[in-house]
Amino acid sequence: MSVPKGDVFLAGVGGQGTLLASEVLCDAFLLSGFDVKKSEVHGMAQRGGSVTTHLRFGPKVFSPLIEPGKADLLIAFEMIEALRFAHYLRPGGAMVVNAQEIFPPSVATGQERYPQDAAERLRAVTDRLHMVDALAAALSMREVRAVNIVLVGAASHFLPLPEAAYEEAMKARLPEGIVAVNVQAFRAGRALLQPA
Amino acid sequence: MSVLAKKEELRLLSGNEAVARGAFEAGVKVASAYPGTPSTEILENFVRYEGVYAEWAPNEKVAVEVAIGASMGGVRALAAMKHVGVNVAADPIFTVSYTGVRGGLVIVTADDPELHSSQNEQDNRHYAVAAKIPMLEPSDSFEAKEFTLLAFELSERFDTPVFLRTTTRISHAKGVVRLGEPSGPAFAPGFTPDPAKWVMLPLNAKRRHVVVEERTKALREFAETWDGNRIEWGDRSLGIITSGVSYEYVKEAFPDASVLKIGLAWPLPDRLFREFAAGVSRVVVVEELDPHLEIHVKALGIPAQGKELIPIVGELDPRIVRQAITGEAIPVRAPEAVPPRPPNLCPGCPHRGLFFALKKLKVTVTGDIGCSTLAALPPLGAMDTCICMGASIGNAHGMEKALGRDGAGKVVSVIGDSTFLHSGVTGLMNVVYNRGASTVILLDNDITAMTGAQQNPATGKTLHGEPTRRTDLPALCRALGVDHVYTVNPHDMKRTEAVLRREVARPEPSVIITKAPCALLPEHRRKKRPVYEVIADLCTGCKACSRLGCPAIEWVPFTPEEAVAAGKKATQKGMARISPLLCDGCNQCPPLCKFQAILEKKP
Repeated sequence: MSVPKGDVFLAGVGGQGTLLASEVLCDAFLLSGFDVKKSEVHGMAQRGGSVTTHLRFGPKVFSPLIEPGKADLLIAFEMIEALRFAHYLRPGGAMVVNAQEIFPPSVATGQERYPQDAAERLRAVTDRLHMVDALAAALSMREVRAVNIVLVGAASHFLPLPEAAYEEAMKARLPEGIVAVNVQAFRAGRALLQPA
Repeated sequence: MSVLAKKEELRLLSGNEAVARGAFEAGVKVASAYPGTPSTEILENFVRYEGVYAEWAPNEKVAVEVAIGASMGGVRALAAMKHVGVNVAADPIFTVSYTGVRGGLVIVTADDPELHSSQNEQDNRHYAVAAKIPMLEPSDSFEAKEFTLLAFELSERFDTPVFLRTTTRISHAKGVVRLGEPSGPAFAPGFTPDPAKWVMLPLNAKRRHVVVEERTKALREFAETWDGNRIEWGDRSLGIITSGVSYEYVKEAFPDASVLKIGLAWPLPDRLFREFAAGVSRVVVVEELDPHLEIHVKALGIPAQGKELIPIVGELDPRIVRQAITGEAIPVRAPEAVPPRPPNLCPGCPHRGLFFALKKLKVTVTGDIGCSTLAALPPLGAMDTCICMGASIGNAHGMEKALGRDGAGKVVSVIGDSTFLHSGVTGLMNVVYNRGASTVILLDNDITAMTGAQQNPATGKTLHGEPTRRTDLPALCRALGVDHVYTVNPHDMKRTEAVLRREVARPEPSVIITKAPCALLPEHRRKKRPVYEVIADLCTGCKACSRLGCPAIEWVPFTPEEAVAAGKKATQKGMARISPLLCDGCNQCPPLCKFQAILEKKP
C-alpha cells in the first residue's frame, strides 16, 4: 500500500495558537509512521501579524515549504487570513475556515472596512469550503485558547489519520493538566463537520 | 528513511532543537549566546539537558569569547547567534581562527534570507572564507543534528573553530531526527599554557597564520572525500550544484536531475566540482542569497549558470527553482487583495504609551532593534531610523553634532533594556564624554521581548532560571556620567509626556527610563486586570482612542442609516469598540477620551 502524501497550510493571526495546532498535527503524523516536515516563522511576525505554517507529510518529504497552488488543505483561523493565503490551495482542495473576524490595523482604525464579502470570495476559491465557528465552540467550553484544537478537530475529517492518533499526540505533547480540555476541544471540533 | 523502523529513537525536531540535541550528544559543557531570531531556541533547548551549563551573554562578542575560554579550558563549547550577531562577534572569531582550539568549538550562525525578522539578509558564508574557518551547512533537522556532532569532531581533529550555518527554513522547520547517546572528547578539562598558540602577539600570530593555511589545505582534502559532499547521479542532461535548504527545493522540483550536494560550504572540493561538471551536459548552481558556490565553480573554469537564473534577493522555494531553470511559469490563482496585517505592538504594551506621548513632541526619533521598532509603523509612526543593535544612541549624537544649534532639543534616541546592555552602553558613554546633550529613552520592560521573553543582565534571572544580581540601569547611567536619570511609568502618558518635554529641552545628557513589564510576561498575564469597554451612548466617533493603534480598539463603521438607528447624528461615521478578548486593561486609552466613554467593564 502506498503511503498517502499531502500538504496542509495553516494561516492565522499571531497569538491564536497556530503553532500548537501544527505541533499536534505533526506529532499525529509522526506517530502514524509518516515522514513529516513543517516550517513557520517566529520573532517579529508573531506580534499580532499574519502567521503561517507549512506542513507536509508523506513517505519522504524534501521541501519544508508548500508551493502556491499545491496545498491539499488550508486551515484558516481567521477569514481575512483565509483569503490572504487562498492561492496556496490546489484546485479542488479543501478549506476549513474559522468564521472569526480579527480586525487588522487599517480596519481597526477605520481606514477601510472588514471585507463584507469574505465568505463569498472564499466560496469562489473552492466548493469544498467549510466554515466553522471555532470561537463559539471554544467559548462554550469556557476556554477561549482552545480555538486552535477545535479547528484541528474540524480539519481532521480531511486528513488520513484515525482519531486516536490526534489524542495520542496531544497526550504526548501537552502538559498533563490541559490534555483533557484539548481532547474535548478536538472532539467538539470534529463534531462541527460531517465526515468528508 | 524508514520511519516505521524504530519509532522510539525518532523525534520531530526543529533545526534549532536538533542543534541543541547534537551539542548535548557531543558532550558540550559550556554554551553561550545572545538571543536573536532565528537562533534563539538553540540555547533555550540546550539548557534543558542534564549536566550542561548555558548562559545568555549580553552580546554575541561576549558569547564567543566565553565559548573560546571554555575551549581553552579543555571542554567542548558552543556559541550561537543570528547572522548579524556574527558581525558583533567578528573580532574574536577572526583571531580564534589563528589560535585554534583545545575542546571542540562550534559557532552557529543562523541566517535569515527573506528578512522574516531581521534588518538585512547578509550571507554569512562570506565569513567562513574571510576568517578561514570551515563551515558546515545542513539541509534539514536530521542533518542539523548530525552535522553538529561532526562539527565538534572536525574542530578537534583540525584544531579549528567550526561554523555551523543554518537559515530560517532550517532553524524553524521541523523534521525527523534520530537520537543518539551523549559522548564527549577523550581528554580531561584543564588549561595547558602554550603562549605560541594562545597569545596572539604579532610574532606568534604570524606563525599561526602559516598553520591556518596548512589547515585549510587539509580541510580541502577532507571536503573531496567526505560523504556530506556527494554526487547523486540522475538524468545527465541537467546537473545542479546546491547546498542547505536549497537542496530540498531542488529535490522537490527536479527529482530526476543529477545533483551535487555540498554539506561543507567552506573549504570547497575542486575535484568533485570538476568530476560532476564532466558528467552532465548543463550545470546550474542553486543557492539562496549570494553566489558563493557559483563564483568558486566559475573560478575553476566550469561553464555554469547561477544568479542569472536564480534570484539573489529573498528565499527560494521549489516553485521559484523550477521556474528559474525551466523558464516555465505554472499558473496559480492570483493572491486575493485583502487589508495587510503587519506585526503590531501587543494590547497592553508599555511601549505604546511612550511612543504616543513622544509623537506629540514632534522630535526626530532614532530607534533601535526590538519590539519598539514596530512603533515605526502607522498609526504611531513614531520612529525615524533603525540600523542595528545599539545604533540609536550613536545615531542621535551624530545627528545632533551635524545639526549644531538647530538640532538642540529635536532629536531623541529610544532603546530597549536588553539592547542597551548589548551595545548601547558605549554609545551613552560617548554622549557624555564628547559633551553631547542627547535625551536617551530606555524602555525597560524587564525582559528581552521580541525574541520571545529571554532573561538579560537587568532582569535578575539567568538562563538556568536562577536568581542573580541585577544590573541597576539608573545607577549604570549615572556611573557613565549622566546626571539626569528619571524613571516613569509609560502607561501614565500625561506624566510621561511632561518628563519628556522637560528633558528634551535640557541642554545636557539625560536618560528617561520607562519602566513597566512586557504584557506577555507570565507574571503579568496571571495578574487580575480590568477590562475596559466603550459606552456606546457616549462615543462620538472622534477616533482619539483609535490613534493609539491598540489591536483591542476596533472601529465600527456606520452608514447614515445605521448611525441614526444607533441614536447618533447621521453624520457620525462610526464608533469605537473594545474587544474584551484582547483588552489587557493597561488604562492607556480611558484618559484619551474627552467624553469619558471608556470605562472599566463591570463583571
